[in-house]
Amino acid sequence: MASVDVNNVRKTYQRDSQAIPVLDGLTLHIPDGDFAALMGPSGSGKTTLLNLIGGIDRPTSGSVIVGDANLAALKPKQLARWRSRHIGYIFQLYNLIPVLSAQENVELPLLLVKMSGKERKDRAKFALDLVGLGDRVKHYPRQLSGGQEQRVAIARAVVSDPAVLLADEPTGDLDRKSADEILDLLVRLNQEFKKTIVMVTHDPHAAERARRVLHLEKGVLSA
Amino acid sequence: MHLTSLILANLGRNKVRTLLTLLSVGIALFLFCALRGVLDTLQSSVRVSSETRLVTRNAISLIFPLPLAYRDRIAGVPGVKKVSYANWFGGRNAADPSDFYAQFAVDSPTYFPLYRSDVEVVAAGRPQGAGAVPEGNDPKLAAFFEDRTGWVVGQALFVKHKWKIGQQVHLAGTIFPGDWPFTIQAVYHAKNPAFGEDNLLFHWKYLDEKGMGGRGQVGWYVLGLDHPGQAGPVIQAIDGIYENSAAATRTETERAFQAGFVSMYGNIPFLIGLIGLAVVLSMLGVAANTMMMAIRERTGELAVLKTLGFTDGTVFGIVLAEALLITGIGGTAGALLAKFMIEGTRFNAGGFLPPMTVTWETVALGVAIALAMGIVSGLVPAIRASRLAVVDALRRVE
Repeated sequence: MASVDVNNVRKTYQRDSQAIPVLDGLTLHIPDGDFAALMGPSGSGKTTLLNLIGGIDRPTSGSVIVGDANLAALKPKQLARWRSRHIGYIFQLYNLIPVLSAQENVELPLLLVKMSGKERKDRAKFALDLVGLGDRVKHYPRQLSGGQEQRVAIARAVVSDPAVLLADEPTGDLDRKSADEILDLLVRLNQEFKKTIVMVTHDPHAAERARRVLHLEKGVLSA
Repeated sequence: MHLTSLILANLGRNKVRTLLTLLSVGIALFLFCALRGVLDTLQSSVRVSSETRLVTRNAISLIFPLPLAYRDRIAGVPGVKKVSYANWFGGRNAADPSDFYAQFAVDSPTYFPLYRSDVEVVAAGRPQGAGAVPEGNDPKLAAFFEDRTGWVVGQALFVKHKWKIGQQVHLAGTIFPGDWPFTIQAVYHAKNPAFGEDNLLFHWKYLDEKGMGGRGQVGWYVLGLDHPGQAGPVIQAIDGIYENSAAATRTETERAFQAGFVSMYGNIPFLIGLIGLAVVLSMLGVAANTMMMAIRERTGELAVLKTLGFTDGTVFGIVLAEALLITGIGGTAGALLAKFMIEGTRFNAGGFLPPMTVTWETVALGVAIALAMGIVSGLVPAIRASRLAVVDALRRVE
């Protein structure tokens, strides 16, 4: 169970001698169990905000609190460990490891947790069953369709039972039918498994499936 | 699945590249160990030579002889227990001139007792007469002592030529011209590898009578001492006696004599070492480049691993382990291949050296070098991977 609090966050990237402000004093509260869709034009700071919530980037100023963890206070190693337990990440291009089978890809986050090989296997199988790919455990990413790959990626994201799922354009590379299946899955994870979900999307159809839609423009939330 | 499975899966990602890298590291370490094996062989010929036997030779060079007349005076030097002598023969197999092996004419009655602990007679002809042998000799050499043209042959040489006891073999003399018929009368096994099993020994008297017209020229003397500690005074005494004679002597321990023989190779050992090092260094560059390429191609995947919660240290370990695994497997295979292949050939430079050897120390050094190659070649990619900024790397992928 985790809520997300973003407090007066600024993020500025330095490209050579040029400072590029991306987020400009953004404040946001996403309650525990919410499903929020982040929309906005390219360069508005959606992915940056997602990365800050996921702890793979740090704000220039301000604070990000997920559950009871103030991410700014965590050292890199602690942050990595925290991420492995509390965050599930879903990418637009799935980002599966091509030399690992579906089952092995899903087992990856569990390598960071102390558990027996059998337990790891069982949990990965459960996660794959959950996304409807229980019969594809031995398949490699190249043997799966885009939609199936994304479902494996979702299984990987939920296998360690994180409280928060961050999805960066999860349907951006899929056809409508596959996209709907993925969105159904995310809705189910939110409603049935009480996951807090933050999804970046350009697609209004995808955003409709969220409980609420947030619009970002030039680094600030717009009404 | 374990982390090891992930590392192994990564190695199988580009099988041809992994195989070629394994192969190049393996060949480099094979060459390194093989070249070092030459040094091992040279060193072993020195190391296993005796410190308790002395060798007296002409002070100018080994190729100049000494008079046989020195024998009695040398034997009279306090501390000297036994004296024997030998000559290099240098004949060619009359049937096959390219078939060369070391041949020595030795004063048989005194020579074999000096090397009793180094060689063992394993096969011998049956004596025709009473079968008496000079004191201190193996009774199995009776037929050899009865036969003026008798041969005692090393086991390896005997097996290689498929000779039989009692068989006659002809040599064509080069230093001592003419046709030299010999009869194989005994076969020895070298308990001390330095003695070698590719040598052939025959009666010095036969050489003196047929080849030197009874002039009594000796290639070198071999001396047995009462106590090893007497080597210093004995050396001083012998060389002092002949200091101002026409044929001055140089006396040294058998080990020093062998070392002097090895030093005739000049800087070859140094060059061999240098070539081995150059091979390893060039392969280090290849391995490092391969690792850099492999990691660069996987920047996105490494970023994903970090996003999943893999720490910088774990990513560092994965990349370094891959490099270590490649160089470790390739290097170990190359080093072991060098040991078994080279020792299998039993090459001994025509009896000049003990059979070629690649010591386990060299194999261990080869494996250690391979692992060091792994660390050096994997270190930079591993550091880069561990320091990878996830956001930048993901942006490149997405």
